[in-house]
Amino acid sequence: MLSYLIRRVAWLIGSLFVAGSAVFFLLRVLPGDPAVTLLAVGSSPDQIDAIRHQLGTDRPVLAQYGHWLGDLVTGNLGDSLFTQMPVLDQIAGRLPVTVPLALSAFVLSIVVAVPIGVFAAVRRRGLLGVAVSTLAQLGIALPIFWIGIVVVWLVAVQWRALPPGGFPRTGWQDPAAAVQSLVLPVATLTIAQGSVLVRYVRSATLDVLSQEYVRTARSLGYSLPRALWRHGPRNGAATVVQILGILLASSLLGTVVIESVFALPGLGSLLLTSVKARDLPIVQGTVFLMTATVLVVGLVVDIVQRLVDPRLGART
Amino acid sequence: MSTPLVEAVETIEAPDIPDRPRRGWRSPSFVVGAALLLAILALALVSLVWSPYGLDHTDPTARLAGPSGQHWAGTDRLGRDQFTQLMLGARTAVWIGLASVAVAFAIGVPLGLLAAAAGRFVENAVVGVIDIVIAFPTLLLAMLLVTVYGASTGVAISAIGIGVSAEVARLTRISASRVFTEDYVLAARTCGTGPLMILARHVLPNIWHTLLVQATLAFGIAVIAEASLSYLGLGTPPPAPSWGRMLQEAQSTVSVAPWNVLLPGLAVAVTVVGVNLLGDGLREILDPQLRQQRQAADR
Repeated sequence: MLSYLIRRVAWLIGSLFVAGSAVFFLLRVLPGDPAVTLLAVGSSPDQIDAIRHQLGTDRPVLAQYGHWLGDLVTGNLGDSLFTQMPVLDQIAGRLPVTVPLALSAFVLSIVVAVPIGVFAAVRRRGLLGVAVSTLAQLGIALPIFWIGIVVVWLVAVQWRALPPGGFPRTGWQDPAAAVQSLVLPVATLTIAQGSVLVRYVRSATLDVLSQEYVRTARSLGYSLPRALWRHGPRNGAATVVQILGILLASSLLGTVVIESVFALPGLGSLLLTSVKARDLPIVQGTVFLMTATVLVVGLVVDIVQRLVDPRLGART
Repeated sequence: MSTPLVEAVETIEAPDIPDRPRRGWRSPSFVVGAALLLAILALALVSLVWSPYGLDHTDPTARLAGPSGQHWAGTDRLGRDQFTQLMLGARTAVWIGLASVAVAFAIGVPLGLLAAAAGRFVENAVVGVIDIVIAFPTLLLAMLLVTVYGASTGVAISAIGIGVSAEVARLTRISASRVFTEDYVLAARTCGTGPLMILARHVLPNIWHTLLVQATLAFGIAVIAEASLSYLGLGTPPPAPSWGRMLQEAQSTVSVAPWNVLLPGLAVAVTVVGVNLLGDGLREILDPQLRQQRQAADR
């Protein structure tokens, strides 16, 4: 286990290095001078030179690359081109919106979707079971922002029950207002993620249901729910952990679109406005951080999988 | 000049090949999925020769009008006919979807085959790259590319294509590796068949159906990705219509013209449900083992 851990962490560091390099080279080495694209057409050469100097693109590419990697290791992501504020501070300022949004949608979709998925599998030929599976299919097929717009129209425009978007300027100083403005975004993200999870849980349960040990348990007099409860979690755990990892990562990424639908000042909207404004350091830093999060979640998933299902370790 | 052995071989009759595809066409998923997709495809194709109004046509007297005989799906706040936009949007979706899948397969399949056919070192390297690209979300890749090049159809296609290619490569490698362990590949190798010939004769014929199913699913992913990019303002730039941008524009007028939200979202859903059903159906048709398993499970 220990050697596995060391190998896995080494692999993570390697991946972070590759991801950081990829972000750098995609933005810098591909044809196109960021300084030129940043400025309006007809800017003077002096202005272009000034931007180049600020970006550091007047130095050799390899020197820039070394600089970017060195900064990454020390946790410095550079300064924004427009506000001149450190990228890391700007990102930190957005987390109080994005983290609660992503995490509560993640937890809620598990709470809602797992029972529904098991139900859909057990009653797969009943009317309700089929209806649930069909709804989940639809939830996967509909774009998340469409679900968001419909939720806004229904709850905020028709019923006037909750604000259609935005976040209190004072942030969490007014917890009630902050929570209120997160209800619809969380609900939307939960519907979208939950639909995916229902499908996974349904097929994982179907898989367990078809196993011999369930038949044996049934023949020993266990009721179906008890047989499932006894054997399901342990046998399905490895798969479920993997799915939860995917779910957590996609909850985080889902915030990019959700924050745009609900005009929330989170990490995703920071990224989107920076992409449109071509604020390279912010885009670079945010994308790297999000990718790093996905990679770390992947590592945790692998380790937890090994812990819950030792058979995985035995095979290699 | 035939030797007895050749004669003996020639007299062996070809084995009866069961007509398995024909039975499969009865798969309801396949039929429904194909019908949904054909409807979208028809919209896109018809828009090439005819649409109710021109792309630039605006009707200032009928802004945000509801559905009527004149404007089947109503108009937006500029007075543009929504059904025309929907048809032209179908063209954008189908085109970007197909092109992205083509890019994904052009990158993913050779990469996956290379990983499966080459030695362990190359395989590990390729698998590592695939894992990182899979962890690197398509949306973020698109945002990086848009930052550098600005929003355009080409950027959308490359970003979606590269994003999807990782999954294609992973699947190709796994299915191809499985074929490489088969006895008939060993036999072919023993006979001195070169690696390329083995790929063409044994590997591809055994994995193409898996890849075909993957291609249909990838098309659905690409259509959703395109809509999301356009919704965020990072996809095909105006005036080319797109379902995603229609939704983004409809969102600002949702309190007065909620019907404008319905159709573009439905169009995306029909496309995605269509490809998913089609993929399911194809899998059933092309993989007789799976079909038997399902029948056994339903019994």
